[in-house]
Amino acid sequence: MTDSTTTSTQPGPSRIRTSVAALGMLPVLVILAIAFQLINARFMTGANLSIVMQQSSINTVLAAGMTFVILTGGIDLSVGSILAVSAMVAVIISLIPDFGMLGVPAAVLVGLLFGLANGLLIAFIRLPPFIVTLGSLTAVRGVARLLGGDTTVFNPALPFEFIGNGKFLGVPWLVIIAVVVVVLSWLILRRTVLGTWIYAVGGNAEAARLTGIKVPLVLVFVYSVSGMLAGLGGAMSAARLYAANGLQLGQSYELDAIAAVILGGTSFVGGVGSIWGTFIGALIIAVLSNGLILAGVSDIWQYIIKGLVIIAAVTLDRYRLQGGVRT
Amino acid sequence: MTSADGLTVPGKPLLEMRDISKTFGTIKALSNVSLTVHSGEVHALMGENGAGKSTLMKVLSGAYRADPGGEILMDGIPVITGDPLKAKSSGIAVIYQELSLAANLTVAQNIFLGKEISRFGFVDRAAMADRVQPLLDSLGVSFQSSTKVEYLSLGERQLVEIARALSTEARIIVMDEPTTSLTTRETEKLFGVIAALKDQGIAIIYISHRMEEVYQLADRVSVLRDSAYVGTLEKKELSAKALVSMMVGRDISSFYKKAHRPPAAGRPIAMRVRDMSDGRRVHNCSFDLYKGEVLGLAGLVGSGRTELARLIFGADKRIAGTVELNGEAISISSPREALGAGVAYLTEDRKALGLFLDMTICDNINMGVLGDDAKYGSILNFDAAKRRATAAISNFAIRTHSADINTGSLSGGNQQKVLLARLIETNPRVVILDEPTRGVDVGAKSEIYRLIDELAQRGIAILVISSELPEIIGIADRVLVMREGRIAGEIAATPNNPIQQEAIMHLSTQMDSREISA
Repeated sequence: MTDSTTTSTQPGPSRIRTSVAALGMLPVLVILAIAFQLINARFMTGANLSIVMQQSSINTVLAAGMTFVILTGGIDLSVGSILAVSAMVAVIISLIPDFGMLGVPAAVLVGLLFGLANGLLIAFIRLPPFIVTLGSLTAVRGVARLLGGDTTVFNPALPFEFIGNGKFLGVPWLVIIAVVVVVLSWLILRRTVLGTWIYAVGGNAEAARLTGIKVPLVLVFVYSVSGMLAGLGGAMSAARLYAANGLQLGQSYELDAIAAVILGGTSFVGGVGSIWGTFIGALIIAVLSNGLILAGVSDIWQYIIKGLVIIAAVTLDRYRLQGGVRT
Repeated sequence: MTSADGLTVPGKPLLEMRDISKTFGTIKALSNVSLTVHSGEVHALMGENGAGKSTLMKVLSGAYRADPGGEILMDGIPVITGDPLKAKSSGIAVIYQELSLAANLTVAQNIFLGKEISRFGFVDRAAMADRVQPLLDSLGVSFQSSTKVEYLSLGERQLVEIARALSTEARIIVMDEPTTSLTTRETEKLFGVIAALKDQGIAIIYISHRMEEVYQLADRVSVLRDSAYVGTLEKKELSAKALVSMMVGRDISSFYKKAHRPPAAGRPIAMRVRDMSDGRRVHNCSFDLYKGEVLGLAGLVGSGRTELARLIFGADKRIAGTVELNGEAISISSPREALGAGVAYLTEDRKALGLFLDMTICDNINMGVLGDDAKYGSILNFDAAKRRATAAISNFAIRTHSADINTGSLSGGNQQKVLLARLIETNPRVVILDEPTRGVDVGAKSEIYRLIDELAQRGIAILVISSELPEIIGIADRVLVMREGRIAGEIAATPNNPIQQEAIMHLSTQMDSREISA
């Protein structure tokens, strides 16, 4: 009891609970995969799993940004619209002869700027994140439509089309990008001072301020990251489609991103969660869509089932928080 | 039923509380307290902060259930305790310090909140207004029943609360420090209303720290101390001396040991604060804090101590005031700047304002120095963090088997030590501790006293805010007393002449010192 040395051994129950919490939704993913395999043997084939990964890649990138935001106790509803405007910019720039490759950095930059605007409003004018990003959800969607004159822009000779359809060493570029984003996010969240500050701000913003943490800086950072990754998602989306449409692209993508984060066990009030959880959450959503299609479930029922799974996951999250260490 | 002059009426008292005890876990918040109140009486209830007044009133109002063995009688008939509705229907109304009115509703709506008069399922505003107007008239108010509460002054809102109590046909009205935020004129008006209520045979239980109010109003005064009933004085027996000695009168226990030497003459000043004001709760506070000194900051709850500390620390906006550290004027406009200058602040509310309960002990201890230890400017240095955490856990005697468990799972005392450890890791020159032993058990308390003493020995200047007089006298070399946002006085200890609790009491309650010696 009075031993003051620190060892990493913990008593049994708390250790088991810690590992269960760390595993999070992984068992759910495994069970879903086994179930779909039993329904349709085509599910667990290399070709199909590659499709699942590709389908989840854009949502994974958006959800990674959303994880930063939700860890601070905020929300970013504007990522779908930012994805649309960035995709528009990517395709329009790609049409410039010889400079077409600049479409990708341009998309990322546009996303970053919109995210920065969100962050500045939230951090310095202290507006609620929900309201600010609800506003930009609508306004940025309008900008996306404005850019293309409310039409679809095409580029059949897209210089960066390999991002959407090419492979590197047999792995689709989309998947590589998503995995790199997840790994970089993990490094920032778990290996840098800024990452610890993000958890601190989400855990107790006022305590963070009194500890000398630059809370506004942290907020600007997370919304900028979210916007920037939405911009990257826009480039990925444009590369896959050779086209972008300001009205339809990215509609309600923010909801899938939020769902992935919450499925991943990140607490909606902030301060608790991990990027790996989000990755698994995004995979669960992709597996559900893909598996339900393979199982021949109609589009309508897919919506209903996906919605119920999200609610069940949040129920689990609440239960986990109650049974947690805060006694 | 009762005459206006309830004091001399023989027979059953209006209210009798007998042998009321209340335990929370292992803490005894009230032990065998008895209180008798007659009709038409103003009965003052006094005692230090934490003496048990509020707990007693919460038992009376039904918010808490008394421990078995205690009973509450109204007109000699037992009332079930622990049921707010039963308490209300037997004629008990409580007006809390923080008024419980809905500002966006009208006076009438507030008075009938939860018991609206309805006709065919719709709220009958006319009927409610008709019922409210006579009540308001009897209190002599100048506002209408249709006025929204947000347009009323604090004093007027108090009258709305009283009207609400009267609308439930209350026979006992408890007023918890009703004059704290009132102007002098509003206070006079309130006293007039109290006198009128007395004439109607209504009893008032009046909680206040202000001696002159108690002299003016009270027919009898009961005193609580350390969760127990000390005694009751009749109006003719009232004297400041008697009251103060009933309220304090504890011996300072032996666990305050001072190893650090109080600063001697010619001592260097660590921090000089001048004319600190926020325009609301703190007015022109100036003081000096010497190197290696433990300076106490006493005063009643609400006297502006925490607000002053937060102003110095840059946590709130000041409208005036300067801070000098070691003779150098510095500008502090945020906690970050304060910490950078070497000023650290321990909050009084460790859970809401201090700790990250979902993060590990190691993270919590290192939170203030992550940037200083980081590699390449921003990469976490796990080795340094581990080293600091291990050292702090042993220095501060934090009871845990690992630095990697969540801080939320520690006991209150150990949480407080984690927070103190974080503060000390920033290597401050001036430390402000706000109620450092609140909600902490005796063992952790004495360890925190030892730590404060050690810090002073190392030459760190310490300002300690505390509501516990024995504590502040036990650890401080000098005590500042705040009253109503100003520094009301300073008391220094000398070797042969320790600080007297009475002296602090009289400065904080505005009582004339001649009255004490009278």
